[in-house]
Amino acid sequence: MKRWIGGLIVAAVVAACAAPGGGLPYQMSGGEIRQPLASGVPDAERGRKILVSREANCILCHAVPETGERFFGNLAPPLSGVGKRSTAAQMRARLVDPLAFNAESIMPAYYRVEGLHRVAEPLRGKPVLSAEQIEDVIAYLLTLQ
Amino acid sequence: MAADARRPDPLKSGIEFSGAEVRALQQDDFSSPAMLWVTRGEKLWSEPAGKSEKSCASCHQDARASMKGVSAKYPKVDPGTAKLTNIEGRINQCRTQHQQAAPLRYDSDELLGLTAYVGLQSRGMPVNVAIDTQNRSNFERGRDMFYTRMGQMNLACTHCHDRNFGRKLLNDTISQGHGNPYPVYRLEWQTMGSLHRRLRACFFGVRAELPPAGSPDLLDLELFLAWRSQGLTVETPGVRK
Repeated sequence: MKRWIGGLIVAAVVAACAAPGGGLPYQMSGGEIRQPLASGVPDAERGRKILVSREANCILCHAVPETGERFFGNLAPPLSGVGKRSTAAQMRARLVDPLAFNAESIMPAYYRVEGLHRVAEPLRGKPVLSAEQIEDVIAYLLTLQ
Repeated sequence: MAADARRPDPLKSGIEFSGAEVRALQQDDFSSPAMLWVTRGEKLWSEPAGKSEKSCASCHQDARASMKGVSAKYPKVDPGTAKLTNIEGRINQCRTQHQQAAPLRYDSDELLGLTAYVGLQSRGMPVNVAIDTQNRSNFERGRDMFYTRMGQMNLACTHCHDRNFGRKLLNDTISQGHGNPYPVYRLEWQTMGSLHRRLRACFFGVRAELPPAGSPDLLDLELFLAWRSQGLTVETPGVRK
């Protein structure tokens, strides 16, 4: 409970961050990032492919039967219906920096690059997903109604 | 930051998270592929090596007696070098100093064979490392590594192996991350491999820098893992998926 409240306080602080890899800067406020990270048109089908890819590895922890995959982990909640439960702005904040919500979270930050240790040399300073990829994933997650 | 060191509760060997086929392979020495390396190690034990033309047996005689319980107490600080050393390191120290032979490459069939053969002499005995003034700083570094997030995935060992053992990472069941069966024959590798090889696979998984096998980082972690698995018995040579 104490941790949960701590997480809320962190999330409530408005944090403006320079985006990695030359993307747009983002601002987290009230557990949301309202502005899309990229300016292009997001594509849900591209998002589905990213979600099941080795690059993003979402299904290592989350079950998403809608993707058509056979195997899913169960370290984190299933994502079925996530499009009903969350807005794009909330999803964006969770993807960019899950630790802002729960300091004990096991979910990697998909866009934050500061404060990481011992990162493999070729990946240093690079986010797990690009701004465009994050927007594609959000577009797919919104279809999970 | 580093948390207080603790052991998983209840303490469970990785074999308890393995499927029936893997358990059957480990439990039957006649069908375990790991025993092929033990056989090789047993043969090497009596083969002269290096300029000294001495074999392991020249000094240590019958491993079944002289090596009984030895690997259960490793890694250990070597009194000569004051450095933390595991069984692989100790074997290579004997080779270079006493046999005057070249050290064996980490994860070579020869070193895996000798390590497995020595380890077998402790099978069924409790893991038994003591943390004292000599190895405390190694223990603390290993402990801090275990609890510190790392890599692009920003995960610490504890996130999977303390808090989520028994759950599924895709289709693999997460274990508590103990070193007690190593070296193991791993079906995924289709060969025998050291604990350090397995640890490097986790570093790779979280997209962190890979410490070399036999490096101080992995030795410190090996010591912490040995402390953490006290209450389990040595299972060398193990079989894993």
